[in-house]
Amino acid sequence: MSKARTSLSRTTVVHLALIAYTLISVFPVFLTLINSVKSRNAIFRNPMQLPTAETFDLVGYTTVLGQGDFATYFQNSLIVTVVAIALVLLFGAMAAFALSEYRFRGNTLMGLYLALGIMIPIRLGTVAILQGMVATGLVNTLTALVLVYTAQGIPLAVFILSEFMKTVSDDLKNAGRIDGLSEYAIFFRLVLPLVRPAMATVAVFTMIPIWNDLWFPLILAPSEATKTVTLGAQIFIGQFVTNWNAVLAALSLAIFPVLVLYLLFSRQLIRGITSGAVK
Amino acid sequence: MGSLQLQSVRKSFGPVDVLKGIDLDVEDGEFVIFVGPSGCGKSTLLRIIAGLEDTTSGSIRIDGAEVSAVPPARRGIAMVFQSYALYPHLTVKDNMGLGLKQAGTAKAVIEERVRKASAMLSLEKYLDRRPAELSGGQRQRVAIGRAIVREPKLFLFDEPLSNLDAALRVHMRLEIARLHRELKATMIYVTHDQVEAMTLADKIVVLDGGVIQQVGSPMELYNRPANLFVAGFIGSPAMNFVEAARLGDGGAKTLGIRPEHIALSRESGEWEGKVIHVEHLGADTIVYLESDRVGLLTVRLFGEHHYAPGDTVHATPAAGQVHRFGADGRAIH
Repeated sequence: MSKARTSLSRTTVVHLALIAYTLISVFPVFLTLINSVKSRNAIFRNPMQLPTAETFDLVGYTTVLGQGDFATYFQNSLIVTVVAIALVLLFGAMAAFALSEYRFRGNTLMGLYLALGIMIPIRLGTVAILQGMVATGLVNTLTALVLVYTAQGIPLAVFILSEFMKTVSDDLKNAGRIDGLSEYAIFFRLVLPLVRPAMATVAVFTMIPIWNDLWFPLILAPSEATKTVTLGAQIFIGQFVTNWNAVLAALSLAIFPVLVLYLLFSRQLIRGITSGAVK
Repeated sequence: MGSLQLQSVRKSFGPVDVLKGIDLDVEDGEFVIFVGPSGCGKSTLLRIIAGLEDTTSGSIRIDGAEVSAVPPARRGIAMVFQSYALYPHLTVKDNMGLGLKQAGTAKAVIEERVRKASAMLSLEKYLDRRPAELSGGQRQRVAIGRAIVREPKLFLFDEPLSNLDAALRVHMRLEIARLHRELKATMIYVTHDQVEAMTLADKIVVLDGGVIQQVGSPMELYNRPANLFVAGFIGSPAMNFVEAARLGDGGAKTLGIRPEHIALSRESGEWEGKVIHVEHLGADTIVYLESDRVGLLTVRLFGEHHYAPGDTVHATPAAGQVHRFGADGRAIH
């Protein structure tokens, strides 16, 4: 690092700010994690205390895992999230490619129409969505959730990806056309690899709200066979009694799959394969 | 092997007419260069020949066959782009072979052609590298190799040397000239660099405002420019233009004299003027002078000359080297 552009005081301030922010965002997760391995009394008496030999208790985890259905809930969450991300990336990228690559009547209007989805929350349409799902017999299926989440994710995906696709060199696509690649081959083999970092960004932004969502699973797929993790954890929250050990344990467990997915995508974020395509 | 005929080719983007009726014949084996200022339509014309843009109207024939509705890959052309446009995830060998592979050519044939092209461009050592591991000059050679491998009827070059530094550009220019001699292929080349145009072309097409201004060999354009635009565009430093009336030439509107066709003397000459700036280039000395009679003049002298700003000098145009242009800008011969 060159001395000319950094001063100790500035670096300190920047780091203090970043550390403070990290603490604030990590603290709730930390609290959830430590309390998930404490006994019920210790959770209430000293919620801030780290688990000690006396207060250490895995009863939450044994409850959750002993429940038996939790494996299914995890599976449901994973299926819904992964399939929805895949569909969002595929269709979002295709729409973005069309909008950025081809001149056609209504191109701008179409772009704006898709961007509307970012501004209007999909939950406003819940009643209509539920009616639609009932009419098509999709209530209490994972398909219903996948469809809704795909719709929810596409606007942002199109928005981000079309900006990135504009930066892919025209010459490269034209070279592909002259070499006889079809438009699909140009899209899948030339353009997609070059916008991979953007795809990873979109995947992360799409994944987290889907994984954490409680609303649509509760409304569209509350049956035992289709419950997701966040919905499954609700069985421990009662009107009068809440099994905090189990709730915290369930939430702690729910962090890990999404963490793995995140790490998977963030590797892509960092890997830059674009160098060398054009000068 | 490859001839090209364009007949009243027009192209409009919305209300903007980019090409206003281009007629051009390119013979088999010719090296044709399109030059013109930016925005003159030269790149659009090349892209239309390649099939990357559709024409608004007009006909394009390659080897006598109408290709207006034929996709780029089946026109029998190959194109080299300014930004190289190599496939970043493929090795040099696969970059060169992709077009043939798409066309379903046999593997052995592809191998053989890639081998031949890479030998021609001394790329054998790099066949297994990716574009990111090559220098700018090597990348452009790969791009040219990718074109050669296709054995096209027409080679199209879109400002292929603009991204290279000056020394490499001269080197690649020689290489392209050599390739043209060896392959005896028809090449169409777009550039805004008139040195490239003058040194490489059999035939130069000067474009401006979507219209062909003149077609001819480099020396024809230099010695007999058809109009004011071509006269001003070809040659560096640019031709001096003088209002004919100031010199008492009633038959013409403008007179043009190239900087290298003016002699300077301290003692006597036709036009007296004051030196306002001097550029010493070693082989040449460029003298700018302001004269009452003809206005600002650029004079190019060969070798070293010691004029200084403020000196009074006399300029004399070489006999028979004055170009005359009428009121419509056309040359009067």
